[in-house]
Amino acid sequence: MSKYRMHLLVCGGTGCVSSDSMLIVENLKKQIKANKLSDEVQVVATGCFGFCEKGPIVKVHPDNVLYVEVKPDDVTEIINEHVIKGRKVERLLYVEPTFEQRISEHKDMPFYKKQLRIALRNCGAIDPENIEEYIAADGYQAIGKILSEMTPAQVVDTMKLSGLRGRGGGGFPTGMKWDFASRNAADQKYVICNADEGDPGAFMDRSILEGDPHSVLEAMAIAGYAIGASKGYIYIRAEYPLAVKRLKIAIGQANEYGLLGKDIFGSGFDFSIELRYGAGAFVCGEETSLIQSIEGNRGEPTNKPPFPAEKGLWNKPTIVNNVETLANIPVIFLKGAEWFSSIGSAKSKGTKVFALAGKVNNVGLVEVPMGMTLREIIFDIGGGIKDGKKFKSVQTGGPSGGCITAANLDTPIDYDNLIAIGSMMGSGGMIVMDEDDCMVNIAKFYLEFTMDESCGKCTACRIGNKRLYEMLTRITEGKATPDCLDELKELSMIIKDTALCGLGQTSPNPVLSTLTHFYDEYKAHVFEKRCPAGVCQALSVYTIIEDKCIGCTACARVCPPKCISGSVKKPHVINQDKCIKCGACLKACAFDAVDKK
Amino acid sequence: MTKMKSLDELKAIREKLKNNMSVRNEDEGVIKVIIGMATCGIAAGARETFNAMSEKAIELGMDNIKFVTAGCMGSCFAEPTVEVQVPGQESILYGYVDAAKGVEIVEKHLKNGALVENLIIGQPFEKA
Amino acid sequence: MCTNELLHEKFVELDAFIDGLEEKEGSLITVLHKTQELFGYLPKEIQLHVARKLDIPAAKVNGVVTFYSYFTETPRGEFIINVCMGTACFVRGAEELLKEIQDKLKIKAGQTSTDGKFSIDALRCVGACGLAPVVMVNGKVYGRVKKEQLDDILATCVSENA
Repeated sequence: MSKYRMHLLVCGGTGCVSSDSMLIVENLKKQIKANKLSDEVQVVATGCFGFCEKGPIVKVHPDNVLYVEVKPDDVTEIINEHVIKGRKVERLLYVEPTFEQRISEHKDMPFYKKQLRIALRNCGAIDPENIEEYIAADGYQAIGKILSEMTPAQVVDTMKLSGLRGRGGGGFPTGMKWDFASRNAADQKYVICNADEGDPGAFMDRSILEGDPHSVLEAMAIAGYAIGASKGYIYIRAEYPLAVKRLKIAIGQANEYGLLGKDIFGSGFDFSIELRYGAGAFVCGEETSLIQSIEGNRGEPTNKPPFPAEKGLWNKPTIVNNVETLANIPVIFLKGAEWFSSIGSAKSKGTKVFALAGKVNNVGLVEVPMGMTLREIIFDIGGGIKDGKKFKSVQTGGPSGGCITAANLDTPIDYDNLIAIGSMMGSGGMIVMDEDDCMVNIAKFYLEFTMDESCGKCTACRIGNKRLYEMLTRITEGKATPDCLDELKELSMIIKDTALCGLGQTSPNPVLSTLTHFYDEYKAHVFEKRCPAGVCQALSVYTIIEDKCIGCTACARVCPPKCISGSVKKPHVINQDKCIKCGACLKACAFDAVDKK
Repeated sequence: MTKMKSLDELKAIREKLKNNMSVRNEDEGVIKVIIGMATCGIAAGARETFNAMSEKAIELGMDNIKFVTAGCMGSCFAEPTVEVQVPGQESILYGYVDAAKGVEIVEKHLKNGALVENLIIGQPFEKA
Repeated sequence: MCTNELLHEKFVELDAFIDGLEEKEGSLITVLHKTQELFGYLPKEIQLHVARKLDIPAAKVNGVVTFYSYFTETPRGEFIINVCMGTACFVRGAEELLKEIQDKLKIKAGQTSTDGKFSIDALRCVGACGLAPVVMVNGKVYGRVKKEQLDDILATCVSENA
C-alpha cells in the first residue's frame, strides 16, 4: 500500500452491491482519472464490511473515515472535498450512536415493554437475604401503616375493593375469604401460605420465595391482623431447598427487627410464622389436604363445607392464600385499592405471572396485566415459536387445565375467559406446543400425572383416572376400538361430576379439551392407526426408500427382530408384520434411506 | 438491631437506607451489579459468573462495585442474567453471561464504560 | 461394631430432636423429614421407633410414609438421578432422556442399581423450565441436556465424588 497515499475501500458485499456500490466504484475511478490522481489514490472493492444496514459503505484509508449510505452522486463531493482538499464530508460521516441512543434501541423490546411487575416487583432487584434492601424498597411500610391507621374491618374492605382474586388456581376473591374468616369468632385463627407449588411447568411461587420472601411474610401479617390470627404457617415443598433457606433467613431477620413476633410496632398485635414441609404430594396444594398435611396426616382432602374459613387447621378458622396472591398485597395497601383495580380486565384485576415455557423462543417468567391476549404473550413477549415451527396449542392450568388452539389466540386472558374456552388459569403455567407435539400423547401425559398423584380416597379419581389412562395408552398404541372415543368422553364426565376434590373434578380436563379441539387427531389414531405428529412410536411406519438405499446392510445388522432383508449392494426391505417400531434402522442408516411416517 | 417500636422508626430506617444507597452510589460512583441467583440461575452457572466477576473486579482494583445476589429476573431463556446499574445512567440487562463473559463485562462495561453489545437482552421492567 | 455405634448416635440425635419439639401434636411429617435426613431412608424398625417416641400407632406412621413420595422405605443409590418430567421438559424430549438413562443403567425409574450406585427417579418439575430438559444428579441441575451428554454427566458426577 506504500505506493498510494490514499486508498478508497468500497464495500462489494451483496447488500451494498444491490444498492449500487459498483457504480460508486466506477464513478470514483473516473473522477480520480479526471483529476489526474491515479498514481496517488487507489479504489478497491472489498468484501462485506458487515454493516449492511448502513450501506453502501466507503472507507478512506489511512484517515480511518467511514462514509455510510453513499450514493453514486456523492462521489464528486468525496473526491473534491476529502481526497483533494482533505476535508471530511460531514453529512456522510458515520456517527456512532450515543450511550443513550443505544439503550433506547433495547428499550422497545416487547419482552420487557409489555410487562408490568407487581407481584415480581422486587424479584431480581433486591438481595432476598438482606431485610434492609426490602425495607429500602418500601418493605413493611404497609403493615406499619395498617397497624397505626386502620381497623381490621377496613383492611378487609380494602382487599374486597381491590378485586384481588386467588392466584393459585381457583380465582376466589381474596377479600371475601378474609371476610368469612374474620366473622367467625374463635380463640385462635390461622393464616396459611400455600407454597406447595406442584403444577408441572409453573415456577412463579418458587421465584417469589427465592427473590422476595419478605413480601410474603409482610402480607401474611396483614392477613393475620385482618382476620384476628396470631399464627401463620408456610407450607412449602421440600423440593425447593433454596426457597426454604431464604425463607428461614427472612423469618429470622423479621423477628430480629421486631417486624414479626410480639407487639409489632407497639400496637399490641402479635404474629409469628413457622415453616411446614410438604413431602411430594400434588394433592396437598388443595387447601383441605394441605391442612391435613400440616396436622401430620396423610394429605387427603375433606368435604367442603365446612370451609377452612370456618373450620380449618385444628378446627379453627383458617385462611389459605397462595404465594403470588400474598406478594400482591403489600403494594395494594401502599398504592391503594383503586390503583390496583384500575389494572386488568372487568372481573380480573391486577396482573398475573405466567411461566412461559415449552416450544417458545423466550422462555421466562412474565407478569402482564390481566386481559392481555395469548397472541401478545406468546408471539410478542415470547418471541414466537422455536425453530420457526407452526403454533399448535398452548396448555394452561396444568393438569387441571386444557389446551387452547390458534382460534382463541386473541381472547383476552382472565379467569372467566379461560374457563369459557375450556381451560383455566391454574397457577399460571403456560406450555406452548408446536406441530411436532401429539395431543393424544399430551393428554396421556397429564393423565399419568393425575393417576400418580391421586390420593386414592374417592373411587372416581382413584379408579376412573387409571381407566382413562389405560384407554389413552391403547389409543396411542393403535389398539383402540372404534367406540373408545365416546367411552373416553363419558367416563371423563362421570369423574368430573363425582370426584371429591378439585384434583379429581378437574383431572379429565386435558382429555376433554383435546377431544374438543383435536378430534381429528384422535380419529387418526383410532381409525387410521396413524399419529399425525409422528410421536406415538407404536403407530409409526418405517420403510426403506429404494432409490436411496445402497445395500450397505447397516440396518439389517442392527434390527433387533431381524426383519430387514436384502442382499449386499441391493435395496433392502422391512417386513412390516415383524417390525417392532424401535427406530434402530433409522439411526443406523447413513444415507437417509429410512423413512418414518 | 433493637426491635422497632413504631412506624416512624421504620420510616426513619428506610430513609437512612435509601439515602445511604443513593448518596453512596452517586457521590462515589458505586456501580451496582445484580446477579440473578434463583434455582435456575444457579443451575445455569450464575454462581461461577458471580465468582469470576468479583475476582476480576478485585484483580482490577475496583472498589466501587457493589454486587447483589438477587432472585429470579424472569428471562429464563437467557440465564445467567446480570443487571448493571451505573449511577446517572439507565441500567442494562445482560443475558447468557457465563464466567468468561462476566469477566468481559467487568473489563469493558464496569472498568471502561463501554457496553458489551452482543450480550444485552434489554432493560429492566416497569415495576409497581 | 463401628456401624452400630454410628447408628446409635443417629437414634440419639433423633430422640433429642423429638424431645426438643415445642408441640408433638401434628409434628409427624417434620419428624419424618428429620429421620430420613439422618438415616437416608425409613425402614420398618425406624418407623416403629418414631411411632413409640411420638406415642401414635405405627399404622399411622406407615400410612404417612407411604402416602408421600418424598419418603422412601428402601435405601437409595449413592447417586440419585432425577429426570424432570414436568410439562416443559416433556415437550422438549424428557421422555427420551429417561428412556436412555434407564437403558444405560438397566434399571427403571424408582429403582436402584444392584451395586447401590445409582437410583433413577422421574421428578415433577424442578421449576427450571427455561433450561428444559433438565436432569438433576444429587441436587446438581444439568440444563438443556442432550442424549449424547448423558455418559459425560454420569462420568463426571462419579469422578467428582470419587
